[in-house]
Amino acid sequence: MSEPLVIIGNGMAAARLVEELGRHALGRYAVLVVGAEPHLAYNRVLLSSVLAGEMTGAETELKPRSWWEAQGVTLVYGRRAVAIDRDRKEAVLEDGARLPYAKLVLATGSDPIRLSKPGMDLPGVVAFRDHQDVGAMLAAAGPATRAVVIGGGLLGIEAAWGLAATGTQVTLVHLMDRLMERQLDAEAAALLKAALETRGITVLLGADTAAVEGDGCVEALRLTDGRVLACDIVVSAVGIRPNALLAREAGLDNGRGVVVDDRLTTSDADIHAIGECAEHRGTCYGLVEPAYQQAATLARHLAGRPAAYEGTVLATNLKVSGVPVFSAGDFLGREGDEVVIWRDPGLGTYRKLVLRDGALAGAILFGETADAPWYLDLIRSGRPLDRLRDAVIFGPALAEAA
Amino acid sequence: MTVHEPLPKPVATTCPYCGVGCGVIAGAGTDGSVTIAGDPSHPANRGKLCVKGSTLGETLSLEGRLLHPMMRSRSGTLARVSWETALDAVAEGFRRAIDTAGPDATAFYLSGQLLTEDYYAANKLMKGFVGTANVDTNSRLCMASSVAGHRRAFGADTVPGAYEDLDEADLLILVGSNAAWCHPVLWQRMVAAQRERGARIVVIDPRRTATAADADLMLQIRPGTDTALFAGLLVHLANAGACDTAYLAAHTTGFDEALARAREITPSLAATAAATGLGLEDVATFFAWFTETTRTVTLYSQGVNQSAQGTDKVSAILNCHLATGRIGRQGMGPFSLTGQPNAMGGREVGGLANMLAAHMGFSASEVDRVRRFWGAPRMAEREGLKAVQMFDAVAAGAIRALWVMGTNPAASMPRADAVRAALGGLDLLVVSDNVLSNDTIQSGAHILLPAAAWGEKDGTVTNSERRISRQRPFLPLPGEARPDWWIIAEVAKRLGFAEGFAWPNVAAVFREHAALSSFENRGSRDFDIGGLACLSDAQYEDLAPVQWPVRNHTDRGLKRFFAAGGFYTADGRARLVAVAPPALTEPADAERPFLLNTGRTRDQWHTMTRTGKAQTLGRHAPEPTLAIHPEDAAATGLADGAMVRIATAHGEAVLRLATDPGQRRGEIFAPIHWTGETSAAARVGALVQAATDPFSGQPELKATPAALASVAVTTEGFVLARSRPAADAGLLWTRVTVENGEALLFASPDALDGRDFIRRLAGDGVTVTEVSDPARGLYRAAAFRGDQLDAVCFLGPGARAAYPVVAGLFARETLDATTRKALLAGRSPDGLPDPGPTVCACFSIGLNAVKEAITAGAGDVDAVGKATRAGTNCGSCRSEIRRILVHKPRLVSA
Repeated sequence: MSEPLVIIGNGMAAARLVEELGRHALGRYAVLVVGAEPHLAYNRVLLSSVLAGEMTGAETELKPRSWWEAQGVTLVYGRRAVAIDRDRKEAVLEDGARLPYAKLVLATGSDPIRLSKPGMDLPGVVAFRDHQDVGAMLAAAGPATRAVVIGGGLLGIEAAWGLAATGTQVTLVHLMDRLMERQLDAEAAALLKAALETRGITVLLGADTAAVEGDGCVEALRLTDGRVLACDIVVSAVGIRPNALLAREAGLDNGRGVVVDDRLTTSDADIHAIGECAEHRGTCYGLVEPAYQQAATLARHLAGRPAAYEGTVLATNLKVSGVPVFSAGDFLGREGDEVVIWRDPGLGTYRKLVLRDGALAGAILFGETADAPWYLDLIRSGRPLDRLRDAVIFGPALAEAA
Repeated sequence: MTVHEPLPKPVATTCPYCGVGCGVIAGAGTDGSVTIAGDPSHPANRGKLCVKGSTLGETLSLEGRLLHPMMRSRSGTLARVSWETALDAVAEGFRRAIDTAGPDATAFYLSGQLLTEDYYAANKLMKGFVGTANVDTNSRLCMASSVAGHRRAFGADTVPGAYEDLDEADLLILVGSNAAWCHPVLWQRMVAAQRERGARIVVIDPRRTATAADADLMLQIRPGTDTALFAGLLVHLANAGACDTAYLAAHTTGFDEALARAREITPSLAATAAATGLGLEDVATFFAWFTETTRTVTLYSQGVNQSAQGTDKVSAILNCHLATGRIGRQGMGPFSLTGQPNAMGGREVGGLANMLAAHMGFSASEVDRVRRFWGAPRMAEREGLKAVQMFDAVAAGAIRALWVMGTNPAASMPRADAVRAALGGLDLLVVSDNVLSNDTIQSGAHILLPAAAWGEKDGTVTNSERRISRQRPFLPLPGEARPDWWIIAEVAKRLGFAEGFAWPNVAAVFREHAALSSFENRGSRDFDIGGLACLSDAQYEDLAPVQWPVRNHTDRGLKRFFAAGGFYTADGRARLVAVAPPALTEPADAERPFLLNTGRTRDQWHTMTRTGKAQTLGRHAPEPTLAIHPEDAAATGLADGAMVRIATAHGEAVLRLATDPGQRRGEIFAPIHWTGETSAAARVGALVQAATDPFSGQPELKATPAALASVAVTTEGFVLARSRPAADAGLLWTRVTVENGEALLFASPDALDGRDFIRRLAGDGVTVTEVSDPARGLYRAAAFRGDQLDAVCFLGPGARAAYPVVAGLFARETLDATTRKALLAGRSPDGLPDPGPTVCACFSIGLNAVKEAITAGAGDVDAVGKATRAGTNCGSCRSEIRRILVHKPRLVSA
């Protein structure tokens, strides 16, 4: 008789966990997946592609229903889990249903941060988090529409890019003095800004939103410097917050997210957390790759095998068609680091490497990212460059041949 | 790039480089392109050409050509003037010098690259009309010792043999000759004889040269001891009873004295080995081979000639051939290889200060004969000043007016810095040349006269086997350039000698020269081409290569001298000469521990005014280097590739060190080609001492004591540009012609600002791609105009190694993205993987990999993912992969 394993959350982390369990612990658990959103698990990363009209919503589906069935997984979606009864080891759904578990996995992801500014509740203000948001944007999008996107991070840029692809007049407002300041240096950020502007996107830096204004619906966005941007839709993409509500109410250790150890186990040995809701070694990740790595580690752990997740050196891949951008590690560098730069304005490429103690510490690639995995591996392994040092800037083909 | 207007049809002409005198078929296309091919019908080369000859087409652009007369204004700058003005000024200047200080206050310094007719006109003007024999030539630096040796032994400057002898010899001995590099086409004939007939090749040289590589026996001799080796050989021949006593008795004198002296120098095999630094077995082998091989040709070149004992070296060789009677017969004889296309022609007209004309000297009867022939008002009656003395006289102020034609003494003379300074003190320095600038012009020339260049000029040359060939024009005279003979005649007319210089055309000059050679000759002089004195203009135009003598119009065919005696001495006998014991003028010492040898590299010639224009020739040795034995380098603390200062008692140069195990310990070698025009500090002539041979006046160019010191270098690098890049002060630079541009290779004692470099190199409207790696002092940049490469700058580590590849890419019309990336890596793009456009960003899987997977059978997105990992992380590319699946895959490039 296999033990019941309940996964709360039906996103990418959950889907990957199921897939990994199939690989490592087939038949050991009776898996039940609870999802609030009314769809099969889909690839959230692709929402920007859907927005840009590069693919349909259906194409974002991670796995077909038949796959879930083949995995012997019970899918419970469109219903929200509202509580965890740790004493009785049951998950409680909004309709009162109780799902007993031997092991519980929290994969509840994260929620968009909502600016505490006037007017953020007006109709026409949307986040960029799920199919519903994308639907709302697409409904409003078009050449006659003026959109303001708040937030010059990964998500905001992808939203702005996607909207621009529909012909919408897009203004991107960002609080900081450069785009993607946590992933890019000033030069790469400037190149990105230029690339967005060639797509017709107006980029305003150092722009602090004071309020969204409108009579019953969005009419304009006002900046603290007094500028008023007339618009029909506002997309708020100022960041995400781990969705740890259930865990908090269940009395599990919480920081920004659900605190887990290297086996993705919470303060309750039978409850685990992976993905954007989890906080590992003080870090909450907002990208898919750590979630996948955590899913793989947890699957091995649940299979009773030795497994440890030691964190992920973050790598950013901006998925904006025609503007490949990659960054990883400490790409700003510090005193004593060696910085190697290769720029080609003609090809629209920029490459920056930060070397520390003979190893690669960080990298930024703009305009061409084919060599990104090689650099990422060098950064993550921290292995000495040795003979690769001299030509490392030119990528594997040239450096390893040199 | 400016090019000549083309002429219609290809012509048969002669190569302008070494003394082999290869026939060339040359033609110009309507697009300015030039076709160059060996002339299959020319006996010297039978259709073959060396790399220098083959690339003549690359040397004909008018970049840097002197296209009209120029005069130095009061402000000191050279400005264009008319021919009238220039010619009047030349005549007036010479007239003033003659009137105030006499004819000997004037001089001509000529070149082995002048045509015979040009040489004849210059020699006639000075020796018959101005009245001085101060007519010398760069041939003085080349084969004067051979001339002196020939005259001493034969009574005339006669090369006894012919090239056929190289095909027919069983033993070929090369003494001080790197023929593989300096006479490549003849060398191939010798190697063919070795390969096909088993002829043996012996190379005698202090350096293990490219020629030595094919030798059956290499004698790496101590510098300056060739005389000892051949004295030892003469002793051995005598002891072995191998001498031709009959020939000696019938046709020679001086054998006993020569042998007695030889016995003093090298009484035995052991003494010979000791004197020459050679192994006993090697010397024994050489002696045995010479003794047993009747068909022996001994070829010698600058290693013999360019010596303060050059004439005795020649005599020591001639002694052995005379003693064995091996001269003037099929497959045997001594053979002087000349270094210039018309050194022999110059010798024939008497373009040497110690010759009068047509192989006549300065005896009263000879002077009178020439006076009568020329109707000369003012004959020179004694020898003039030979090159080194001539420039000493310039320095001393004894010579006030000098006319330099087609050569560059400020670079090529020994003590070149002193010569350059002396030229600056002349009342009048006239330079006839093809170039707007060279070290001699820069020394302060007052008047520049634009002379016709190869491909434009019309006349004859004589090669090392006495074969007269036509140089024919296939290009029109550019700008206001004129033939040298015409320029000289115009000046002669202005000096009041119109009737003596009224030739209507070049054929008329040749006819007069030919007539003089047979004038009152009757077999008394070796040089007689009377049979050509009556050529019509048309016959002259069509003249086929012919070997002299041509004593009458039916006298043709292969010619050799002295098989049956008939020497040009008073008694008709050859002279064997008691030679002086070998000794260097200046041995190396503690202060200057190295002995500096100088010479040619494979793909350059003289001061590079022609070869320097050929991008193909710039690849073999782009920079001048100093060759040194690796152990000497190590002992001196000098690394291969380091910049090194060479200091002699006479000057300094800075070259890049190139270790070469083919060097003898304690000896270094530097190339003669680079000048102030082509390199910052590589004027090797400035290093060389000026000690001269007592008989030939030829300077000791191959043995100057020198000290070495390393030069601190902070930055190595190069730039490539479409137009000539400026050479900043302080840089140790060398210019190299590359396809569609020019390179500047340099080393710098200071750090350099690469961005400043590329900014100055590139024009407007370019985008600059750059790599900067300050920690390694590396900066590389390329300026692009669209996908066309405009300029390149490489600084720091790896730059030098990358140069050949980058120069190669610089030649391309446009660069695709892959090549553009490889460029700054200094790598050829060939063989680099081409992933195609990236499909999967997470794992950077290219379109080509995806298509290969599909071709290999992957039927859906997941299958492609299994095969390539594409689309298995974030999945953004899955829909793209789906689209690719729909189409039939075909690999594309990025």
